[in-house]
Amino acid sequence: MPSLTVPPGAPPILQSLTVPPGAPPILQSLAVTLERMLVRILVLLYLAGAPALAQTLCQPNASNGYRVRISIKTALGNQAYEWNENEMFLFRATMAFAMRRYYKTETYNVDNIIVCNQTRRVSFWFVVISPENPTMLIPKADVEKAVSMSRHRINNAFLLTDRTLEFLGIYPTLAEPVNPDTPPWLIVFGVVIGAVFAGIIALLVSSLLQKRRKEKGMMEDGQDEEDRQMKGVENGINLDGIYNRGFTDDDRFTKL
Amino acid sequence: MRLQLPNPGLEDRILSHEELDKLETEEAGSGDRPKWDNKTQYMLTCVGFCVGLGNVWRFPYLCQSHGGGAFMIPFLILLVLEGVPLLHLEFAIGQRLRKGSLGVWSTIHPYLAGVGIASMFVSLMISLYYNTIMAWVMWYLFNSFQETLPWSQCPLNYNLTGLVSECEQSSPVDYFWYRETLNSTPDIGENGGLQWWMVLCLVSAWAVLYICIIRGIETTGKAVYVTSTLPYVVLSIFLIRGLTLKGSLSGVVFLFTPNLTELTNPTTWLDAGAQVFYSFSIAFGGLISFSSYNSVHNNCEQDAVIISAVNGFTSVYAATVIYTIIGFRATERFDNCLGGNILVLLNTFDLPEGNVTESNYDQVLQSLNGTHPEVIQGLNLKTCDLNTFLSEGVEGTGLAFIVFTEAITKMPASPVWSVLFFIMLFCLGLSSMFGNIEGVLVPLQDLGVFPKSWPKESTTGITCVLCCIVGLIFVQGSGNYWLSLFDSYGGSIPLLIIAFCEMVGVVYLYGIDRFNDDIEFMIGHKPNLFWQITWRFVSPAIMLVIFVFYFITKVTETLLYKTWNPESENFPTLEEKEYPTWIFVIIFILAGIPGLSVPLTAIYKCLRNRCCKKDNEFKQDDLNTIAKQVHLTDEATKNKPDIPETADGR
Repeated sequence: MPSLTVPPGAPPILQSLTVPPGAPPILQSLAVTLERMLVRILVLLYLAGAPALAQTLCQPNASNGYRVRISIKTALGNQAYEWNENEMFLFRATMAFAMRRYYKTETYNVDNIIVCNQTRRVSFWFVVISPENPTMLIPKADVEKAVSMSRHRINNAFLLTDRTLEFLGIYPTLAEPVNPDTPPWLIVFGVVIGAVFAGIIALLVSSLLQKRRKEKGMMEDGQDEEDRQMKGVENGINLDGIYNRGFTDDDRFTKL
Repeated sequence: MRLQLPNPGLEDRILSHEELDKLETEEAGSGDRPKWDNKTQYMLTCVGFCVGLGNVWRFPYLCQSHGGGAFMIPFLILLVLEGVPLLHLEFAIGQRLRKGSLGVWSTIHPYLAGVGIASMFVSLMISLYYNTIMAWVMWYLFNSFQETLPWSQCPLNYNLTGLVSECEQSSPVDYFWYRETLNSTPDIGENGGLQWWMVLCLVSAWAVLYICIIRGIETTGKAVYVTSTLPYVVLSIFLIRGLTLKGSLSGVVFLFTPNLTELTNPTTWLDAGAQVFYSFSIAFGGLISFSSYNSVHNNCEQDAVIISAVNGFTSVYAATVIYTIIGFRATERFDNCLGGNILVLLNTFDLPEGNVTESNYDQVLQSLNGTHPEVIQGLNLKTCDLNTFLSEGVEGTGLAFIVFTEAITKMPASPVWSVLFFIMLFCLGLSSMFGNIEGVLVPLQDLGVFPKSWPKESTTGITCVLCCIVGLIFVQGSGNYWLSLFDSYGGSIPLLIIAFCEMVGVVYLYGIDRFNDDIEFMIGHKPNLFWQITWRFVSPAIMLVIFVFYFITKVTETLLYKTWNPESENFPTLEEKEYPTWIFVIIFILAGIPGLSVPLTAIYKCLRNRCCKKDNEFKQDDLNTIAKQVHLTDEATKNKPDIPETADGR
């Protein structure tokens, strides 16, 4: 007796297709073909219905979806590339990569990223479905964290920047400012002020030396003058400084 | 008949022409007085003194706000009628009397010593705050040696979640200027304490100045080879760079487009006159000092004409360069504004990129407005007009530290341009400071404040240190407000008074006849009719008119000042506040003391003369010519018996 083995995971409608053991053989073969057809139809329906099911998961303003806006011409100008299905495929692959990287698993695939509502602007919505359970969406927060983690890689895959590849709702993390130990202006200031003070000291020292040399020279001249005068002085008066020959001084000598 | 006020004893106070010639030929006999190494140094020093920051940041603004190319007409007319005669007068009188400003005026008439003292006060006040501007320039210069200029982006706030709010609301350049440089308080009453980084920059500015003036014109004459020529080199580099930037020509066209109706506005003429006057650094006393170090037969007429021409040319040249960069900045802003609007349209209506460009923006906007008016209204699109951006005329520190620095950040290789620009500003200001300090130091020496035995290095050093300490007012949190106060009141009205007194003093007290003879002696021909008319009538009249108008304007305007107040409602627009009442005392000190010192000194000298009249015959302290001393000794020894000659014929 042919026993219709119904696989355990089969839908209940198939399970109910059990032929009583005492049925004639024509009935049994009919049941078999019917069953096979049903299975095929159901499989076809399933295959057809799954994307439809997925499409219902991805909608504009979906609770777990993000909107992406791409501005290629702004970023690249003359070297802008055309946005087509291949680029979309790359996007989905990059998102799958980001999910893999975040969860540190290798289960994510291109099929897990679902895209909808593409506009001419080049903006679209996407959702991520879990590889284990196709009806379950990955929550928004996790997607955000995954994107933020791999943002740099995603941008580079498309030669775009944070501004031209926008995930609306995910803000780019600000770069850590580079804080040098000494502010650079202090270094320049130190150099300048060091040079200036060195120059000032050099000039002061040189003028001091010059003065000393002059004084020495003058003193020697002064000595000669005084010696000559001392010979002529009768009452030994000490004269200060250099004698001014233009000034008649006779009365000093001849006071009696 | 020439009008000549009585001036007894003038002959005794000045050196005659023969004595001047003798002085020329004696070698190092006038060793007391410094001399220029060559004519070039003298010319470069004068050019440097005249060409200053005002040529770069005041003239372009005036030009653009008073009808563009049409402003050249009053500017050039007043340059010829007011600037050149005054300059020639100062050069000639300094070269003839061979003294600094105080000496010159007391020589012409003892009662006029007040003019010299007023010049000294004005030079002192201007030196104090001018070097603070140099300190700001140095701060920006030091900060330019970085790959990303610190004023190109906002810093992150404390917990690194976003940008600092004050910066976000205004702009990175505004924030860097008001917060990181000045650390400005919202009110002049709150002094905010000394900002240590600005103190360091102030000290370095004074140190650089000191090293250049340490031995007077001996060192200044060498420094000016760099400080007076470098600005022209940098301006030329900027001109070439500016002309290759997008939108620069629209800036230049905007600057020079004449609007002849502005010529009927008296403010235009007033501003042109004031600009010519202040640009020539007249009445500071520095020019008189500089020309007194010249040889007696130097052609001062030619010098005056050349320097005036150079000054006028530099103003126009600098305005062109500045406006190429401003045109670039305005175009950049316009492009950003329009780009932002276009992006908003694309995003809202999901149109493909490239559908809306700058050329069809207006049409697209109109058609969209027809189909979806409510949506368009809700978008709040900004109106972008290039002329509005170009007319955002800024002058003064705002031009240099906010507008120009922003433009520099948009140019490729910004640090290079930033360094060049601030070195140029520094050189322009430093060469002007040489003249200002000269106007302070020489009168101090003449007054005998420093003992004669002290070397020049120490007198300049002490002056610099004292000015630096007083200048600490300007590096507090409220320093910027103090600086604009000093600028508006200390440097305007007193100069006009001094210049007027100078002209009247030379023409009517010294005597225009004697002055003509002096010039004939010095340069070989008598000054022609143009000089006669301008010296005697035209220039004093123009001075008087400008002075009266300025005085009335300043006295009648309500005293407001603009503050940076992050808590005000219209932030980032500067908030206008009224000055507190104690400021009026300060204003009176700034403007009144130099101005009043002219009549007060005259009265003081008159009273001293009257009460000590009997001792006057033999006291004669202000006589310091050799001739008079010899004469005195002859008098004293006239009645003594004949003395036999000593052995060596003395």
